[in-house]
Amino acid sequence: MALDKATVARIAALARIKVPDSELDALAGALSKILTWVEQLDAVDVSGVEPMVAVTHARPPLREDKVTDGGIRDEILANAPETTDGFFVVPKVVE
Amino acid sequence: MSLIGLTIGQARDQLRRKAITARELAEAYIKAMAVARPLKAYLVETPDRALAAAKQSDARLQKGNSLPLDGVPVAVKDLFCTEGVETTAASKILAGFVPPYESTVTANLWRNGALMLGKVNLDEFAMGSATITSARGPTENPWRRRGDNRPLVPGGSSGGSAAAVAARAALAAIGTDTGGSIRQPASFCGIVGLKPTYGRCSRWGIVAFASSLDQAGPMTRDVRDAAIMLQAMAGHDPKDATSALLPAPNFEAAVGQSIKGMRIGIPKEYRLDGMPTEIEALWRRGIEWVKAAGATTVDISLKMTQYALATYYIIAPAEASSNLARYDGVRFGLRVPGETLEELYENTRGQGFGAEVRRRVLIGTYVLSAGYYDAYYLKAQKVRALIARDFDEAFKSCDAMLTPTAPSAAFAIGEKMDDPIAMYLNDVFTVPVNLAGLPGISVPAGLSAEGLPLGLQVIGKAFDEETVLRVAAVLEDAAKFDAVPAFVAGAP
Repeated sequence: MALDKATVARIAALARIKVPDSELDALAGALSKILTWVEQLDAVDVSGVEPMVAVTHARPPLREDKVTDGGIRDEILANAPETTDGFFVVPKVVE
Repeated sequence: MSLIGLTIGQARDQLRRKAITARELAEAYIKAMAVARPLKAYLVETPDRALAAAKQSDARLQKGNSLPLDGVPVAVKDLFCTEGVETTAASKILAGFVPPYESTVTANLWRNGALMLGKVNLDEFAMGSATITSARGPTENPWRRRGDNRPLVPGGSSGGSAAAVAARAALAAIGTDTGGSIRQPASFCGIVGLKPTYGRCSRWGIVAFASSLDQAGPMTRDVRDAAIMLQAMAGHDPKDATSALLPAPNFEAAVGQSIKGMRIGIPKEYRLDGMPTEIEALWRRGIEWVKAAGATTVDISLKMTQYALATYYIIAPAEASSNLARYDGVRFGLRVPGETLEELYENTRGQGFGAEVRRRVLIGTYVLSAGYYDAYYLKAQKVRALIARDFDEAFKSCDAMLTPTAPSAAFAIGEKMDDPIAMYLNDVFTVPVNLAGLPGISVPAGLSAEGLPLGLQVIGKAFDEETVLRVAAVLEDAAKFDAVPAFVAGAP
């Protein structure tokens, strides 16, 4: 699959990554090359094959339904770039 | 033999006999770590922490109630969260992140008496095979080609771990392996690297790359040390639902056991066109060694091998794009301001991720996006099922498999850098093992014509690390690999 510049810009927007306009062409080339390479899987017949969604065959254990964590607001906020009054701060999102 | 020349097994005996102290061993490694700075393996050195832990180890050793890893200085891949010590995954986007918690695997090590020397370099978010995508710059391999002083890559992504152990700047290290990131650098640096079965070690507190493939493991001077380290690292963790409920067997007891009568599978699809003849010759020697030890070899077929890399390069980026969604500039790490919240996200991620990480997140986003999910991601999951089925079938006629670890020796910093796919081919022999969730080990088995280490890989059935270790120890005994890198941090 050859991706054009517009498609790469759309994927970048979906991934929330700002890509400068000047880099879109080169990136489209690199991504197209990788996608073309992985398309070799088209040659594999997978009819009737169930997708492998996990490695472990065993059913994961269930733990007791009780609170095991919490009350650590300050630790959680300690690494935030900006906080105020015990909250994360982001640019205004409501009009 | 100097202190930094000892293995864990040897140091443990000397510590218990009180021939040496944990403090002496820690001081020797703190010095070695400083001497090895030109390799740029360590991102953070934590000598005070190491000395404080050594003091506690010495107190226990004095009283004769020592722990299994008392006094063992370990280098930690900077992908494991360490409480109070900066953890960056070698990414700009996590610069300054100081975890308020400790990963389960590292907590297990410290609980067993090991001490942390520092955090070591890796490819950014463990995405790479040469430790050149690190935002902190590349780590150098302590080995050099004969008559050529150009710096070589240590492999990756656990390149800092491998370089530190090879250069005697850590007694052991821990790494993570998503597609070969423990085994390939171990091969490039002439050390042992063990990727346990998926689920053997908890992934809790490890910066996530591809959650269905990631697994932590030890990187050590010999096979016994890998068994000793794994013992301390492994076990069920309620905080990781994918960690197995199985009790860990006595791994060290497997080392030195006979492989007489064992059936060793030789997968014919691993004989690649254009594979260097010295890799082929190394593999043949390995086959002779296991036969001489009383095992028989069996020709087996893993017919989907040629599709493993393409499968991996859909599944791993897909999982990565999801896992890396958390880096948003709001809760931790880098923030690049924007007018709106959307812009803040885009600016932060645009500047915070390096080129390889950005490529993989975009590929992952694309293969998971509406209209392409079935064609790429679902298809890859189905091929993955066929790859796993190949291994299940093959293990009906063998107990373990023997292959080369990597298709080449270490290459120079700068080589293979402009073509991502050429770089991906490094992992052709290791990636299928992750896709199937199996254990694999790399053992140094010889030198290339240029004087660089080459590893052999042993692959085992799920949760049968004991057989993997048994075969690996036989290879180690036969190979008698005693070559020393060009750079070591003091007399070996």
